[in-house]
Amino acid sequence: MSDELNINKKKKNQIKTKSSTASGRGETDIDYVRPAELPEQDLYHGHSFITKWIFCQDAKVIGIQYTLTAVFTGVVGLILSWMMRMQLGFPDLFPFLTAETYYQMVTMHGMIMVVYLLTALFLGGFGNYLIPLMVGARDMVFPYANMISFWMFFVAVVVLMSSFFVPGGPTGSGWTLYPPQAILEGTPGSGYGILLMLISLSLFVIGFTMGGLNYVITILQARTRGMSLMRMPLTIWGIFTATVLALLAFPALLVSSIMMTLDKVLGTSFFMPTIIKAGEALSYDGGSPILFQHLFWFFGHPEVYIVALPAFGIVSDLISVHSRKNIFGYRMMVWAIVGIGALSFFVWAHHMYVSGMSPWFGFFFATTTLIIAVPTALKVYNWILTLWRGNIRINTVMLFCLGFILTFVNGGITGIFLGNVAVDVPLSDTYFVIAHFHMVMGIAPLMVIFGAIYHWFPLVTGRLLDEKLGKWHFWTTFLGAYSIYFPMHYLGFIGVPRRYFEMYDSPYMTSAIGMNEFISVAAFIVGAAQFIFFYNLVKSLRLGKPAGKNPWQANSLEWLTPDVPPTHGNWGEKLPVVHRWAYDYGVPGAKDDYIPQTTPPSEVRDAEVEKT
Amino acid sequence: MFTGFVFLAVIIGSIIFHVWTPWWWTDIASNWSAMDDTIILSFWIGGGVFILVCLFMVYCIFRYQYKEGRRSEYKPEDKKLEKGLTWLTTIGVVALLAPGLVVWNNYIRVPDNAIHVEVMAWQWGWKYRLPGEDGKLGTSSNRIISDDNPYGLNIDDPNGKDDVFVESNELHLLKNRPVKILLRSIDVLHNFYVPQFRSKMDAVPGTITYYWFEPNKNGDYEVLCAEYCGVAHYAMRGKVVVENEDSYNKWLDEQETFSSFTAKNRNNKLKEKKLVKINNLSSQKNSILRKQNVR
Repeated sequence: MSDELNINKKKKNQIKTKSSTASGRGETDIDYVRPAELPEQDLYHGHSFITKWIFCQDAKVIGIQYTLTAVFTGVVGLILSWMMRMQLGFPDLFPFLTAETYYQMVTMHGMIMVVYLLTALFLGGFGNYLIPLMVGARDMVFPYANMISFWMFFVAVVVLMSSFFVPGGPTGSGWTLYPPQAILEGTPGSGYGILLMLISLSLFVIGFTMGGLNYVITILQARTRGMSLMRMPLTIWGIFTATVLALLAFPALLVSSIMMTLDKVLGTSFFMPTIIKAGEALSYDGGSPILFQHLFWFFGHPEVYIVALPAFGIVSDLISVHSRKNIFGYRMMVWAIVGIGALSFFVWAHHMYVSGMSPWFGFFFATTTLIIAVPTALKVYNWILTLWRGNIRINTVMLFCLGFILTFVNGGITGIFLGNVAVDVPLSDTYFVIAHFHMVMGIAPLMVIFGAIYHWFPLVTGRLLDEKLGKWHFWTTFLGAYSIYFPMHYLGFIGVPRRYFEMYDSPYMTSAIGMNEFISVAAFIVGAAQFIFFYNLVKSLRLGKPAGKNPWQANSLEWLTPDVPPTHGNWGEKLPVVHRWAYDYGVPGAKDDYIPQTTPPSEVRDAEVEKT
Repeated sequence: MFTGFVFLAVIIGSIIFHVWTPWWWTDIASNWSAMDDTIILSFWIGGGVFILVCLFMVYCIFRYQYKEGRRSEYKPEDKKLEKGLTWLTTIGVVALLAPGLVVWNNYIRVPDNAIHVEVMAWQWGWKYRLPGEDGKLGTSSNRIISDDNPYGLNIDDPNGKDDVFVESNELHLLKNRPVKILLRSIDVLHNFYVPQFRSKMDAVPGTITYYWFEPNKNGDYEVLCAEYCGVAHYAMRGKVVVENEDSYNKWLDEQETFSSFTAKNRNNKLKEKKLVKINNLSSQKNSILRKQNVR
């Protein structure tokens, strides 16, 4: 071991002397970067169509595959939400919408949006595409496992979608799948529907684990020379922390899925107590429904941050690039991401204040939940302080970032209402909750996803998206979605419970009929606006303005590849060498208002750089 | 410019909506006005933060819009500002959390003079059990529920003999007398929720959960199930009547006790059959069930 170290040191010295002699002076080399410790990875280069585009091991292609599959599920989820809003806004108008189908749509919409769209898109989509590029690697460290990861996800989606076509239909147990009702008659799809859901979730977790290990190990082990952890773009920090959370949280979902499958198929009683149905006791005995809720939310709460943290990271980078300013308080941002991630494992039971768990838990979980508000608020301050004294380009990307800040602050604050245990009592299980989580983990992350697509589309395709269509898309989506969810909070104040197929004629609920109609109309418009976006994608793919290299004048590595769009292996002959963090915008003394991460200090001698 | 104005309009619109909204909570009819107060406090603090943060953002949009050739400020960190903001946020969070915890503490400590009421939930309806003159509910178990013993009472427990059965969706409560709701379920999760009382809790099969409140306004209130419990969840309504002592006692006298129920039951086979039918769920939902033929 010590011998090896000595050899390494010798090598370093050699390189040092070499380069300093090359510069022709006796002083220390300011461009010195530690040499690589590992040899470069051999990549499998596919040649046929199948190995290049279908069973492909290139993380970029896998990222696109993930994105397209996730977006497909998202469209299904969107259509389901339209049908739900038809029923809620205009009951009786659509006779084919029975209570049964309504609950099936509620369930599938929720699960699809949270797991199959948001998680898969942020980690599988953006993670795969961006991690190797942003840390300066040629690919993920385990490309083969990465390929399997996508195909497991694909099979999981197929299994999920097939539940629409089995007898009894998909499960209608609510996306939380609470037993006992999830597997008992009386809930739609309690036969094949729930089984397929549980199998699909299990496949998803297995597939994700293969991808997740890849993301974590690539970030830890395959960073290029000079890319220290504290130089990584916040996108990578967000995806990294979220992946660690997912690797720790998804097993809880997997075991609860397996246990519930056993309860359903073999008649075990993990979650099933004595149950009287139609006057007869079923064969179950002694299980605990609350145990499932603990397991589910032990996964479910980190899941919120699995979606939120990559969004936090990505939006930080977008704001920084497009306001031409360094991200404010980078180190604070990193620690806030890590801190939020760690804390997110100690707050899960705030979903269960009125679940019948020991009421003493309320004190603990309310306190931890409100503690998490502090680092989250700091991130918000840092975003707006990044805008402050910047040079803000108001383009589609920035618009989506601004939309994100507003919706996220709004949804974050209502989260403080719900996390504060006594305030949660009147509001839990009402439309206030629906409004809160759609604002904070529906609209806000979607704003980031759209912003990110407008930002990175030129990298992926070499062409810019249409700005005019983009602005139309943004304003309809943002204003429409805000007018769906902002008023919806007030339905919760009235006391309207969630998951009600029909409100009937309770006096305080009939006062909400007008609002329900308004919300439904807004939902139809917002959904339709997404087709502007799809049109923009298709159109710009062929006819968009050629982007050229680094159209946004960004600093991070993904824009510095020799080819645009980047090819397999990313970097051509030589890996890039990193000399600085990704946020040197507007550095005094520098020629341009941005200094890419690969620019060595000797090229910008006059720049008064503070942090590198 | 346009962008800044629209964002400003969104902020102002939100404030106006909040101030003028015709949709606000129903008149409170219990002792939990402290919950409403904490919500109002949260609105002031949270709303204040929302307005300040978003207005600052709008200011930045106006003030620092892109100008060719202008350089943004280069200042990676500002320790003092960051520390100040951390403390300010912490104070705000504590100001929200502390009252919340106090109210929760009251919520989980039931006053000694509370009347115990058992709420028994099933797919899809409610029934109730009140203690007799001894003021105590008899012990029970779902495992021994039968037609002769619809609440699964422990027949060896003397406290249960005079328990009052209310086999209907309608429950009466005394005004200004705290009531401890003991929740049971025979099948799946349910939640006994009356918006006017502000309070709620899940009913979990296999265990008994509780919460308490003190109704302080006479009237009829609708009970809603607030935990998804299957296809007729939305139809699982009940009724609570809050009234003065006279009418309450009159209602109470009309109800059956466990012992009178057992005696009557022995003699009347026909009635027994009817009970089974009631247990077999409301007939209007049976058609929905029949479609569910897979299992």
